[in-house]
Amino acid sequence: MIDPLGWPAILGHLFLQLWPVWAGLVVLFALSLTYKRRLGLYGKLFDSTVGMIGFALVMFWVFAALFADMIITHDPLGQFSGMRNAAPGTPLRDPAGGFEYFLLGGDALARDVFSRMVMGAREVLRIAPFAAMISFMIGISLGLPAGYIGGKLDTVLTFIANLVLAFPVILLFFLLVAPEIQNTAIPRVMAGILFLMPVLFFTVLLNARFFTQPMKRNLYVGAVLVLGLWAYSGLAFNADPLGVWGMSPNLLNVFVAVVFVNAPTVFRIVRGITLDLKSRDYVAAAQTRGEGPWYVMLWEILPNARGPLIVDFCLRIGYTTILLGTLGFFGLGVAPESPDWGSTINQGRRLLTVYPHAALAPALALMSLVLGLNLLADGLREESLKD
Amino acid sequence: MVSFLLRRIGIMLVTALCLTFIVFYLTNLPAKLDTLAKTQAGSRISDAEVASWLDRNGYSQPMLVRYGEWLGVVPGWTRVEADGTQTGRCNSLTAPTDIAATPERCGLFQGYWGNSTRFRAPVSEVISARLGATGLLMMWVLIVMVPMALIVGVLAGMREGSRTDRALSTFAIASTATPEYVSGVVFIALLASSSIGVSPLLVSWGWIEGPVLFQGNARSALQQITFWNFALPVMTIALFGMGYIARITRASMTEVMTQQYIRTARLKGVSFANIVLRHALRNALIAPFTVIMLQIPWLLNGVVIVEVLFSYPGFGWTLFEAAANNDIELLLAASVVAVLVVLVTQLISDIGYVWLNPRIRIS
Repeated sequence: MIDPLGWPAILGHLFLQLWPVWAGLVVLFALSLTYKRRLGLYGKLFDSTVGMIGFALVMFWVFAALFADMIITHDPLGQFSGMRNAAPGTPLRDPAGGFEYFLLGGDALARDVFSRMVMGAREVLRIAPFAAMISFMIGISLGLPAGYIGGKLDTVLTFIANLVLAFPVILLFFLLVAPEIQNTAIPRVMAGILFLMPVLFFTVLLNARFFTQPMKRNLYVGAVLVLGLWAYSGLAFNADPLGVWGMSPNLLNVFVAVVFVNAPTVFRIVRGITLDLKSRDYVAAAQTRGEGPWYVMLWEILPNARGPLIVDFCLRIGYTTILLGTLGFFGLGVAPESPDWGSTINQGRRLLTVYPHAALAPALALMSLVLGLNLLADGLREESLKD
Repeated sequence: MVSFLLRRIGIMLVTALCLTFIVFYLTNLPAKLDTLAKTQAGSRISDAEVASWLDRNGYSQPMLVRYGEWLGVVPGWTRVEADGTQTGRCNSLTAPTDIAATPERCGLFQGYWGNSTRFRAPVSEVISARLGATGLLMMWVLIVMVPMALIVGVLAGMREGSRTDRALSTFAIASTATPEYVSGVVFIALLASSSIGVSPLLVSWGWIEGPVLFQGNARSALQQITFWNFALPVMTIALFGMGYIARITRASMTEVMTQQYIRTARLKGVSFANIVLRHALRNALIAPFTVIMLQIPWLLNGVVIVEVLFSYPGFGWTLFEAAANNDIELLLAASVVAVLVVLVTQLISDIGYVWLNPRIRIS
């Protein structure tokens, strides 16, 4: 029988186990610091300490998710005899040639907390950035015309956005993310509408810019349509002929609900910025040149609104992470045994006062990722205000 | 002003109507009704029994008709059993024998909220009792959160870029990054666990009598609120909410501190404390006021999480139970309450903004 590890040894082993993350961070920071003057806003981030700390925290989890297979010490779903609620640093009874300890202990089903935490990063980072991205495209494609054109369109869109925002998020999740709902057409229909937006967005974006050069336009728009509709058929309707794109009904349900909650807020932000920017001189100049409304919106107003939008994008990924955690906490829309942080916290909280490590590890992981995103947003805001 | 109020109230009513219909639609999907029948009549009943249960309890009519029944614009369903007794939506309001006295319509407009299938009691009773419990929780949350957030924001914003500013801003960011289910778990592990954290240490020193310092379960707060059973839930909600308010306060304060009249006051030789308290504070608190009002509906999320985590049977816990059991009428009533909270706080924040800021007039 080997002795259990003390905390210094546990930390040492953790440090060694995470070596791909450290290597990734060192390379990334060395490259970025060397070339920071040539990298625009991203490079300027490295002038602010807060921004760098935030970026490091975020990239820590990104690398952890990328190299999860190399980092984990045990199968995150596997159960090991004698390891139920084991304290951090407990040696395995029968390592069978594998890693000899549960570094952060075992959970109530005798699974390794550390491996589950690392795999959980993958679960979160697989959804949160993309959900935030789709929310942004929807918010932008609806917010720009609402602010720029105004009138009836604005009234209707604002009313719908306020309607969704008046819903308590948790109630909406309980109603939208449920096994009964997954079997109905509702998630598919919503996905059909929501996922169509990015395709439309890019089509209109490129068409507005290149419609004077039909050759280029046809090439770009054609490429977007082929790629976009291909992904769209797979993601929204699970009907991809080649089987590359696809989402399980569980995941689709969660994705749709999260996008649905986030998009109205983005819409309000974009609409507000558009209302502010549309009276600027460069907009008047473009109108005088005879540019169409979509060109003005997408190629004059949108680039000038990028500062606050990038900052909000970081915050929104963090908020989406919190929402995903909330879903997991209530056991909504997650596969059983899924190592995502929210449901791990939920499972761990039953024995919280006796064996807190099973809930604490994912809780602190989630907090550090969101904190990193918030600090990153703060750093970006500071740097973008400087010019 | 009156027409503004009337228009706002009109929009509120339309919004509430749309939202309740959406909730009604989503809770009355066939699959959800099956689940309801199974939870009510036994989990192993056959499909035919499910259908007959739904039929007997008035769930088989078209959805729009039943939404009308719930609102009270369509007569409630009635049904005569084989043995001649009459059942119906409105029968539970009067004695079962007294069929003549049963009202034709019973719904929201008649002040009847329906029956909870989960708690087997009238919804109005359930909701009012639970709202009282949550009201108490919210009151303490606001008492703790608002002054803390304003103090942090003002202290950070009065000297932009100073070390205090850096420290307090980081604290505010960290608090917005800690959702309730994280801080609640950390608090319980640190302060309310008999095996780890602070409590065993205090017990071994003989400083506390019980096994734990704080209670990790707030159910006893229903009988009597003490610091030890209520502090953790209140702190958990307040911590997540305060960061945002503090940041808005800081932003507003830094903006005010660069104004001309502050410079003038400084040049006159007014002390720094006096400038902050007399000249800056009032103007700096306009923006946070609206944010605090808009933050209240967001606290509702925290309330659900915290009440489930600390098993405190309030409104949030009821919402959770209703949703988990597809308790249609309770869920509808809960969403009406939640939507009203959102819309009323929006209205108050708009009116308060105009009232506090004389430069804006409602046209």
